[in-house]
Amino acid sequence: MTDASINTQTIQPEAGFGDYVALLKPRVMSLVVFTALVGLLAAPVGVHPMIGFASILFIAVGAGASGALNMWWDADIDAVMKRTAKRPVPAGKVEPGEALAVGVALSGFAVVMLALASNMVAAGLLAFTIFFYAVIYTMWLKRWTPQNIVIGGAAGAFPPMIGWAVATGGIGLESVLMFLLIFMWTPPHFWALALFMNADYEKAGVPMLTVTHGRRVTRNHILAYTLLLAPLAIGTGFTSIGGPVYLAVAVVLNALFLIGAVRIWRRDEATSQDDKYKVEKSFFGLSLLYLFLHFGAILAEAALRPYGLGGWG
Amino acid sequence: MSLRAEHELHRRRAGRNIGLALVLLGFIAIVFGLTVVKVTSGNPMQAFDHVSRPEIIPGAAPAQGD
Repeated sequence: MTDASINTQTIQPEAGFGDYVALLKPRVMSLVVFTALVGLLAAPVGVHPMIGFASILFIAVGAGASGALNMWWDADIDAVMKRTAKRPVPAGKVEPGEALAVGVALSGFAVVMLALASNMVAAGLLAFTIFFYAVIYTMWLKRWTPQNIVIGGAAGAFPPMIGWAVATGGIGLESVLMFLLIFMWTPPHFWALALFMNADYEKAGVPMLTVTHGRRVTRNHILAYTLLLAPLAIGTGFTSIGGPVYLAVAVVLNALFLIGAVRIWRRDEATSQDDKYKVEKSFFGLSLLYLFLHFGAILAEAALRPYGLGGWG
Repeated sequence: MSLRAEHELHRRRAGRNIGLALVLLGFIAIVFGLTVVKVTSGNPMQAFDHVSRPEIIPGAAPAQGD
């Protein structure tokens, strides 16, 4: 064998550090960090900053671990969809087995460390969230029912409850309301996306509501969930985590969200195609702002409380 | 044709090793910080250590000579 023959051999591409980070879905992690932090800071009991910081970090690692498990299981459909084809596993940068190993190892690590840093309730909720996202949603519901994102949305709704549990060691009405806010927000958010990204889901054979029941039914569902979400979001303003700031933000945002949902409901497919889903896309953009500002307002109430300004006095 | 000492693969592997080193150092710092906070937060730290210690049983009478 000569030097030349060695150099002609194909070297398997090795993953860089960034590819392993991408496996943890950093954008989803950032949302988890934000909502868990709001849950932690809105709680009536304070925690030491170091314990709070470490707990949020372990919650984020747990969320990342469930993302890695999701990428391991869904590599086949991720490869088909344009939006997900560049993820590390379908792109061939990370082996599926590695994604599984990273997911399982980090899940155990995150749960044990959160138990040590804070308490067993928070750690138990994190373990349940990882199980719910990886097994109930990814492995079971996603490819089986068009209600996949309704029930799967629960996984994304747990972080503020975990943050609350880190501070209080339990579950309260307010933490359940924060859970419900994300839980009820998820369907209109994702179905608006599905209305203008339908081709991707159809190609991958994922039973999104738009694929199984058509766009008319999806539009009806978006309106129904938005109607249920509005009283819940505004009602939260009258609990201990709410206050005048939150209430003002919630009333304005829910009015805008309702107007958007009604506009989507009144449109037919031909109109949407004519303007390239302009209304659906702006509703999707608004939905991102909706969640961010609701939790931002809860955070503002918590930040104002030490100065006697937050909450209802 | 000569073998190159440095390959793109080496650079990527070095990046991965440095990344992992930083993660491990960060983890050490966090565990250290948590330990300091837990130890100094005032919770009772004494426990049974193979020997009965009546003084740490809640409600137990103080030992003679105390």
